[in-house]
Amino acid sequence: MKEKVDRSINRIDAPEKTGGYAEYIADMKFEGMLYAKTLRSEKPRAVIKSIDIPLLPEGCYVVDKNDIPGKNRVKMLLDDQPFFAEDIVNYIGEPILLVVGPDREQVAQVLSNIRVLYEEMEPVFTIVDAVKCDKASIYGEDNCFSGYEIIRGDPDRAFREAAEAIEGEYRTGLQEHIYLEPQGVIGVYENERVTVYGSMQCPYYIKTALVQGFGWDEERIRVVQTTTGGAFGGKEEYTSIIAGHAAFAAVKTGRPVRLIFDRAEDIICTTKRHPSIIKIKTALDKNRKITAMEVEITLDGGAYAGLSPVVLQRAMFAATGVYNIPNIKVKGRVFATNNVPSGAMRGFGGPQAFFAIEMHMQSLAESISRDPLDFKMENMLSKGDLTVTGGVLRYEVKLPQMIDLVEKMSGYRRKYEAFINDRGEVPKGIGLSIFYHGCAFTGSGEKEKIRARVKLKKRKDGKVLILVASVEMGQGSSTTLRKIVARAMDLPVEDVIYENPDTDIVPDSGPTVASRTVMIVGFLLKKAAERLKAGGEKAADFKVTEACEGPAELEVTEEYEEPGYIKWGHEKFEGDAYPTYSWGVNVVEVEVDPVTFVIKVNGIWGVYDIGTIIDERIIRGQMEGGIAQGLGYAAFEVMNTDCGNILQPSLADYIIPNSKEFPEMEIRLIDNPYEYGPFGAKGAGELPFIGAAPALASAVQNALKVPIKRLPVTPEYLLKVAEGEK
Amino acid sequence: MEGIFKINGKEIKVSFKSDAVLLSLLRENGCTEVKEGCREGECGSCVVLLDGRLVNSCQVFAASAAGKEITTVRGIGNIHSPHPIQSAFADSGAVQCGFCTPGMVLAAYCLLKKNPDPREDEIIEAIDGNLCRCTGYVKIIEAVKIAAKRMRENG
Repeated sequence: MKEKVDRSINRIDAPEKTGGYAEYIADMKFEGMLYAKTLRSEKPRAVIKSIDIPLLPEGCYVVDKNDIPGKNRVKMLLDDQPFFAEDIVNYIGEPILLVVGPDREQVAQVLSNIRVLYEEMEPVFTIVDAVKCDKASIYGEDNCFSGYEIIRGDPDRAFREAAEAIEGEYRTGLQEHIYLEPQGVIGVYENERVTVYGSMQCPYYIKTALVQGFGWDEERIRVVQTTTGGAFGGKEEYTSIIAGHAAFAAVKTGRPVRLIFDRAEDIICTTKRHPSIIKIKTALDKNRKITAMEVEITLDGGAYAGLSPVVLQRAMFAATGVYNIPNIKVKGRVFATNNVPSGAMRGFGGPQAFFAIEMHMQSLAESISRDPLDFKMENMLSKGDLTVTGGVLRYEVKLPQMIDLVEKMSGYRRKYEAFINDRGEVPKGIGLSIFYHGCAFTGSGEKEKIRARVKLKKRKDGKVLILVASVEMGQGSSTTLRKIVARAMDLPVEDVIYENPDTDIVPDSGPTVASRTVMIVGFLLKKAAERLKAGGEKAADFKVTEACEGPAELEVTEEYEEPGYIKWGHEKFEGDAYPTYSWGVNVVEVEVDPVTFVIKVNGIWGVYDIGTIIDERIIRGQMEGGIAQGLGYAAFEVMNTDCGNILQPSLADYIIPNSKEFPEMEIRLIDNPYEYGPFGAKGAGELPFIGAAPALASAVQNALKVPIKRLPVTPEYLLKVAEGEK
Repeated sequence: MEGIFKINGKEIKVSFKSDAVLLSLLRENGCTEVKEGCREGECGSCVVLLDGRLVNSCQVFAASAAGKEITTVRGIGNIHSPHPIQSAFADSGAVQCGFCTPGMVLAAYCLLKKNPDPREDEIIEAIDGNLCRCTGYVKIIEAVKIAAKRMRENG
């Protein structure tokens, strides 16, 4: 009998993880393995004048820019970041060289005796200073990594004719991923081939980076993912750098080289969520209807571009939120500073944009004496409306019924009214956010950049192997993808096998990012499974691994085909920025200590439309975890820098949520099948993060009756706001 | 230095440096289920039971653990015969990336030894030294409740 597809099953990786048998990168040992540690820049911006390396002990090596046979640039969008610094360093923590040796303590000792002579240059630490550009530019002529503009309708005219215009400026800070397992890789060189094992999201990004770094044929490079202890975007592009380091070292020494960070090193030198400044100006006509919106987004990209241009695009495509605005101007720029590079993190620009637009809409409504939720709902997008980029929303937008549901769950309206009039000793508040996440790659990325391929093989014993590059990093894809194939082929899930990707075996189904794994890769797997069930093609020879003993009987390859309705013009950012959207409504209730201004969360409710659910328990886990991470971002995950030094380089200083912070969460999932997702599923992983911060900040605004314009909403900030400084 | 360590009921003789911490000693001797997340006693990934007491093994000198009973997550059950807490974690979706899981399971084990019928706030208190970045703790708390119930019912 066919089970319902959303019936929760136990995760396939749960027994080995609860038992303590799952093997992470730090648990792996290789014969003759050496340990590597990185010498990092102590200066935010300087010319390296000289490096004084004492005589190395027997068996110790130094690996640096001279040991890179190919191009000393990490393959990414703008290719501006070197694997190892050349003559200039641009942030504190930038890698200069590795010391490699058989004994960890000896390696650390050697490292501490290396002296670097710097000639310091004037650094740039803030977005404002980067824009001003009155010091030597870090990137290009004006520090600007990327700048774009979207114009729809006639915003200038709408502003000229407006009865009034209301403005706000919103700022957000750094956030660190804090995957519990720090970054780590092991490089191995044998038989003229290099293999990198490691904790990662994107095996093929790493392979491509190594091909460029070595200048070798891709046949000589292999990347194998090991059990990954969380990533959240932090192991998307960053891991390519350390994969290069370990691989160059393995080739130089001829021995396996292990490069694993401790927590402080991980916090100091890995990518972070982009800090932002977002200005929004809204034009209203005499009936107080919104006629136009102008949004200016500025991001701190840190020292190197990395994925910043695409993070910026995603922020821009969310600039006007879930609202139907007839005339739009969105300007976005991301700047270079001498801070640690910003990079991918769950939400990828969306959280900054949605914080700004949701706070703006609430303040705007309150300033014209309108109920914020009524005002938002009057302006909300529905099916047939246009997105920021003028794409048509082709599928039903179920926001009205989702808001209805969250209202019933939380009592939002009644509480909002009660709290706004409450002058009790302990201020209480409730906030509501409405948001979406564009599923999969931005613009034509899936078609032009990724072109995902998946493969299924059916063995003689009837078991089916999933061959994809998409990784299990905690989000449950090893279980979810198996369920999709099992269901499509009417097999028990135990008969479908998924192993951690090895680029020698799996085709490139793209990176494990952008909430694309289930919707894009899962859909291809479903199509492949249906063809395999119908017969498939004769299997070609393929490499035998432990997972696939015995000859394959049948195989099917499936390649991404863009749904015909998608129209995208990348030059002007016109059309469908995403194949479809997942939607959410989040309510948070708080009280604020009147003396300390510490926020206590008293209630969390969320309603999400992620299409059809493949496994309800896994999805609830994603929603709950995303909310907690988002509320940490909102309330207390403070990361400051002082002259380029991160001031919270440990888990004692950088506080992430523990079990005490947040009470129970009540979550509902709305069914809204998407025709190009497997069984109707859309993207899920990033969505819950996005709504949490604006919901919490709105609740604080409701409690304190002052506009909240900063993240995180720290007691120090609230004290300032309450005193009317800002 | 040299010492006898009783790990999950088995005695091993190990030589170690006088300033070595228990976490390193355990990991170097095959107990890779004890995870290193921060090495500063903040994350709880490395907790073990030392004579029945939950400790961050990164904050304990190996020398002081010699001769004491050390229990890791592999000591309370295995894949073929999991402890009810391990089963409950699997059954309630309390495991995602799995890196915090060995420590979480041990924190729960320690709680349920002392208190077979904990209130929710007692569960929250018992795991507040173990960080998880994936779950938001909801399903972990649920797993401990389920484990407690099953353990009470089955004696």
